Amino acid sequence: MPKGNPNGSDAGTVVSAVLARHGADGTRLMQILREIQEETEWLSPDILTRVAEGTRLPRGQVEGVAGFYHFFHTEPLGRYRVLWSDNITDRMAGNADLMARMCKKLWLKPGRVSEDGLVSVDTTSCTGLCDQGPALLVNYRPITRMTAQRVDQIVELIRHKTPLAEWPAEFFKVEDNIRRKDALLGADFAPGDALKALKSPQEVLDSVKESGLRGRGGAGFSTGQKWDFCRAAVGTGPHAAHYVVCNADEGEPGTFKDRVLLASYAGLVFEGMTVSGYVIGARKGIVYLRGEYRYLLEPLNAVLEKRRAAKLLGKSILGRTGFDFDIEVHLGAGAYVCGEETALLESLEGKRGVPRKRPPFPVTAGYLGQPTAVNNVETLASAALIAAKGAAWYKSIGTPKSAGTKILSISGDCERPGIYEYPYGVKVSQVLADCGARDTQACQIAGASGLCVAPNEFGRRIAFEDIPTGGSFMIFDNTRDMFQVARNFAHFFVHESCGFCTPCRVGTTLLANAMDKIDEGHGGEYDINDIWRVIRTLKTASHCGLGQTAGNAVADTLQKFRPSYELRLNVRDFEPAFDLDKALSKMREVTGRDDPGAHFHIAHRKSRAGLGTKAGDPS
Amino acid sequence: MSDPKTFFLDEEEIPFEEGQTIIQAALTAGKYIPHLCYHPEFKPHGSCKLCTVRIDSRTVTTEDGQSVKIPGRAAASCTTPAQAGQHVESEVPEILDLRRTLVQMLLVEGNHYCPSCEKSGKCLLQGLAYDLGVMDPHFPQYFSKREVDASHPDILLDLNRCILCELCVRASAEVDKKNVFAISGRGNTKHLICNSESGELGDTNLAATDKAANVCPVGVILHKRHGFEVPYGQRRFDKAPISDNPVQYAPVKEQV
Repeated sequence: MPKGNPNGSDAGTVVSAVLARHGADGTRLMQILREIQEETEWLSPDILTRVAEGTRLPRGQVEGVAGFYHFFHTEPLGRYRVLWSDNITDRMAGNADLMARMCKKLWLKPGRVSEDGLVSVDTTSCTGLCDQGPALLVNYRPITRMTAQRVDQIVELIRHKTPLAEWPAEFFKVEDNIRRKDALLGADFAPGDALKALKSPQEVLDSVKESGLRGRGGAGFSTGQKWDFCRAAVGTGPHAAHYVVCNADEGEPGTFKDRVLLASYAGLVFEGMTVSGYVIGARKGIVYLRGEYRYLLEPLNAVLEKRRAAKLLGKSILGRTGFDFDIEVHLGAGAYVCGEETALLESLEGKRGVPRKRPPFPVTAGYLGQPTAVNNVETLASAALIAAKGAAWYKSIGTPKSAGTKILSISGDCERPGIYEYPYGVKVSQVLADCGARDTQACQIAGASGLCVAPNEFGRRIAFEDIPTGGSFMIFDNTRDMFQVARNFAHFFVHESCGFCTPCRVGTTLLANAMDKIDEGHGGEYDINDIWRVIRTLKTASHCGLGQTAGNAVADTLQKFRPSYELRLNVRDFEPAFDLDKALSKMREVTGRDDPGAHFHIAHRKSRAGLGTKAGDPS
Repeated sequence: MSDPKTFFLDEEEIPFEEGQTIIQAALTAGKYIPHLCYHPEFKPHGSCKLCTVRIDSRTVTTEDGQSVKIPGRAAASCTTPAQAGQHVESEVPEILDLRRTLVQMLLVEGNHYCPSCEKSGKCLLQGLAYDLGVMDPHFPQYFSKREVDASHPDILLDLNRCILCELCVRASAEVDKKNVFAISGRGNTKHLICNSESGELGDTNLAATDKAANVCPVGVILHKRHGFEVPYGQRRFDKAPISDNPVQYAPVKEQV
């Protein structure tokens, strides 16, 4: 029997082995489900029952967790699961045609499994490979730079059931594409430099505060202050402890700087986590790695192993008694909302990634209810540099309110997409010039939830006091249709809303539907008014940042690129989305009829003119 | 009790005890704030957002002498602790409009055919819609396909009307200690599930007397053989609107 047949007798063995590996600990449910699925291909009802029994969680809760994440499946999806990255940059690079070609060759419809149960093809949100798209994931391994030829090759490999391990290695090559280095990427830094320089925790904390380091995830909270709050908080219960969490759930469309940092600067990131652990008094650090970066798990574990061997992790780090700290990597399973720190913590605890109510904040009640410092990958790497080289050095870079550098992930219409590190305060126009962007119509900065800037704003600066960003920087030249950019983002939020609160769950769908209605030529002023109403509701009433910002791209493009909407508004006031002729299309498909009598408008016109129509009437 | 603390709800002074949320204090004082997912016996949830209020808006005078209102933060009053001296806006046009939109969103998301629903007249969503003056669903209907589960001998589960308030989930977990219900999917695929391998309610240990079987604010969890028992004109909200008697219908124990 082939490995992984979920109905086979080995499902129980797999579940038992995985449960044993994790001590049947329900808080490790995400890892348990993922590791089982890697063996069994999907999570059958029987497997969910076994996991629930093993972990002593309600079965409904286990099923609910499996049902929340895009990369867990409770229905079989084939031995080969192909997911095309569907960010706007992948679209610009032609992913739609390539995916259609793949589906056609495999006799597949998107989202459906082939008759023989071999393969399914679908889309997924941004995979963090925008500088080398169109990209896709095959069984969660990334393939970059897709071409028609590569599609054909992949189709053949799938048809011949070639194991993934035997696919050409160059398919899976992921480039760093670092184009501009500054203080961080260009740092002269050897493993242990920061740890060797450590003074007392208080002194390190003071130094991080003095450096002016602010969180690189986008919100820009003072890192020193966060660590201070966390250090001052007291753990509760029998397992009282402090935790360091590295947020590597880089899901914002167009961002990939954390991927590069983890691929090539993991030591620096881990060292930053260790510094943080030293300051706040934590013995454990957890990296929450997004499911799309599954392929980085083994390399990251190898780096951790090396650091343990070098006494940079583990008990008595560098011989200091009492300085114990170790790091574990947890994998997500495809949920953008888990980038929100409280949703991330829920996910780490083996639950659905639903953002928590705040307060309490993670610094006092985070992972397992204990004081937790959640920091971005880039923040932690910066903290390591500060610990090694001092606050004054760091503070001298950037602007008075935004110290240090910012790594931008640049994609879209430019000659040299990739990673660019700049001191804070760099102008948008400078960035555009450096990456070889021409005839730029707009930049979407900080991702789908970010800010869309028009050419008259290109003098603005990347800094917390002007344009803050997690790092996404997508460029659109004047051949692009900004309406479609906004429509793509609107659909992104439909897929990624956690669905907890009414405004976000329903509002994101209403917004995307309204954009589709306009796209199909049925939109009018009435729909624009509705869009504003939905955006207001999202902003005012949503539970977390996802919903509050989900309307930003549409709002920005409506204000700054109104003509791209006007072009499509065929009616001045209102037109229903319902199209009588389109409603007949399903019946035309079923009956194989496509004559004038099978079309509403033609039949309607003919009957008004007194002409009869009958089935099969050719025209 | 130490010196009583108060905050202001639409300019009216409301006393509260330390630890109370805004909605708890308001309802105790007999002031109604619309809500669907809030229930006094369970942990606050904050998902329906109907109880959204604005907190601490302020009016400033600009250099040219104009008065400009700076809106305070919007928050769910069921999860926000009351604080002394706070100014809370609830019955103001902007917030009422927001609540109407939220009700409309729920009305188009599910399949709510009030005239044929046996919960009609005592449905909180319907009652709220009437009270807020929601005249139509406004947005295009989803017409989503949802299941009806009749596998349980005493209880019918009609998911067409589910508003995902999770009251049944919480009642089953917190009060009944049975975990009969859970949530799966996410975003617009979020849905209620039952705790059984078949997915059917009949394969769970739900009893008709369970809190979870009696807490649904809309017509999802229905007792079989008890439909349409109260004639039109005598149903709960036929007699008085939902806001008329907030304490009876909302905040205190044992509502059915």
